[in-house]
Amino acid sequence: MVKYIAKKIGYMIVTLWIILTVTFFLMNTMPGDPTQSSMKVLPEAVVENLKARWGLDKPVTEQYVIYLKNLLRGEMGESYKTPGLTANQVIEERFPASLRLGLQAVVVSLIIGLILGILAAFNRGKWLDFLTIFIAILGVSIPSFVFAALLQKYAAGGFFPIVGWAAEGSSLIEIFRGTALPTLAASIGGIATYSRFMRSSVLDVLSNDYILLAKAKGLSKFQIVTRHVLRNAITPIISIVAPQIAGIVTGSFVIERIFSVPGLGRYYVESVSGRDYPLIMATTIFFSAIFIVCMVAMDILYAVVDPRIRKSIIDGK
Amino acid sequence: MQNKNELNIEMFERLGVDEQQSENIVRPSMSYWQDAIRRLKQNKVAMISLFFLIFMVIMCIVGPYIYPHPYDFQNIEITNQPPTKEHIFGLDDLGRDIFARIWMGGRVSLAIGVVGAVISLVVGTIYGGISGYCGGRVDDIMMRILEILVGIPYMIVVIIVSVYLGQGLHSLMIALCLTSWTGLARLVRGQVLELKQSEYIMAAQALGTPTMKIITKHLIPNTLSVIIINTTFSIPGFIFSEAFLSFLGLGIKPPLTSWGAMAALGQQQMTYYPHELIFPAIAISITILAFNLLGDGLRDAFDPKLRQ
Repeated sequence: MVKYIAKKIGYMIVTLWIILTVTFFLMNTMPGDPTQSSMKVLPEAVVENLKARWGLDKPVTEQYVIYLKNLLRGEMGESYKTPGLTANQVIEERFPASLRLGLQAVVVSLIIGLILGILAAFNRGKWLDFLTIFIAILGVSIPSFVFAALLQKYAAGGFFPIVGWAAEGSSLIEIFRGTALPTLAASIGGIATYSRFMRSSVLDVLSNDYILLAKAKGLSKFQIVTRHVLRNAITPIISIVAPQIAGIVTGSFVIERIFSVPGLGRYYVESVSGRDYPLIMATTIFFSAIFIVCMVAMDILYAVVDPRIRKSIIDGK
Repeated sequence: MQNKNELNIEMFERLGVDEQQSENIVRPSMSYWQDAIRRLKQNKVAMISLFFLIFMVIMCIVGPYIYPHPYDFQNIEITNQPPTKEHIFGLDDLGRDIFARIWMGGRVSLAIGVVGAVISLVVGTIYGGISGYCGGRVDDIMMRILEILVGIPYMIVVIIVSVYLGQGLHSLMIALCLTSWTGLARLVRGQVLELKQSEYIMAAQALGTPTMKIITKHLIPNTLSVIIINTTFSIPGFIFSEAFLSFLGLGIKPPLTSWGAMAALGQQQMTYYPHELIFPAIAISITILAFNLLGDGLRDAFDPKLRQ
């Protein structure tokens, strides 16, 4: 197991390095540079000076070597658009809100989605099943920005604030008040996806002989679900949840924008459209690192949940 | 009790088994595909969905030609008009007919949704199948490649592809398809990792079945239920990704439109002119519903585990 984890960490570093290299060079082939993307047309001399200051006058390969050296010292550079704001600061200040929103959304959507999926599978063809399918289809076919806007219009304004976010260290009720609506908006897609996959996966499992045996032994429905169905039906859910966690934890542009959540999501979009190179690199590395950790966690979770897979993953067969 | 009394042994006659007849095949033999298509045809909901989707596609192709109002004509005097007899879905904020725009937008959205889903279905299934089945080093390398593809920000990829190919539908499709199959690949890999330990795979291996045949004949049909659900769910994903990119100015350029872009525009007008959001949203929802119901029908028809 120790060897397995050591190997995974080695792979992770190599993968991250490839991602950052490819992104660095792709980023530089994008048309336009940071000096052109602001509204003002800068005088020639200012552009020259800015480029010299940011090191953009050097050849790309040299820039890359400098960037790597800085990165190894843990410095990801200073934003071009907001002088004085370093990429490290952006992540430190913005990540907590995204993380909270993301984790809450994942937990809410997993709990509701799994329960709905299991109930639907056990009541196949009855009204509960149709209700689940209806929710699932509603959840995937309404864009998240529409759903968030509807929530904001009809649910906010009274107890829940229209925009805003709970400050760190506020009381539990305050946190609930501030985060409930964005969390709900962020979890609707997950509820739809998980309930649909769970329903189908449980239906597959229910046709197995061991379920028949469990029924014949006289196990209660609850015992059958927790001991046999859940474990066998959960693998497809793990493969969807793991990468989604990375995406949702690092922030959603749309939801953060609608509810004014001070999260990381907007930097993914704004750094690219503003050609803010240090922030592009920082957000990419950050997202990729979390994504890869989630993928490793996914493999370990597979092995924990399903003894059949343990052999093929850990022993590498 | 009365019935039981009426039955006596004289009422029954021994038939015996005609040994000549016992070897005859009663029903015509059917291949997997014939059987699946027969099942699909029996499924009314799935067939209705299929015909509805065909209808939508035909309307998107011919709709703009037979409807009197052009999709890009701006009638500035009556902007934001709610539905009337003349403009049955109303007008948008620039006075363009929403009914006409739905069919033009449908071309873009359906094309992106369907092409994207088919490409990610094919690539993702094969990639995930090979990665999961081969395991070990092959799996490691294939999964790392996948991580690299996901890690590179796709907005940069979209920008670069549209620099080389020009901004428009085809470069959007290419950029979206480059990474969209990774989700399905992971899903199939997870399922294959589980299935390849089963006895029937061991039996196939013992009989000397080639690897590709084991993957395509045994492993993939048994993961079909998750593959189909993922595919039907990926269609709205594509439609919304396109909407998001168009919103950022990287996608379809106005006056051409798409359902996602129309919904995004309508959302800004939602408070006062809800019809601008409602009609595109309904178009998306009904189409997705039809895809999902058809997907369910396909799953029931093709999944070997649900066939008994």
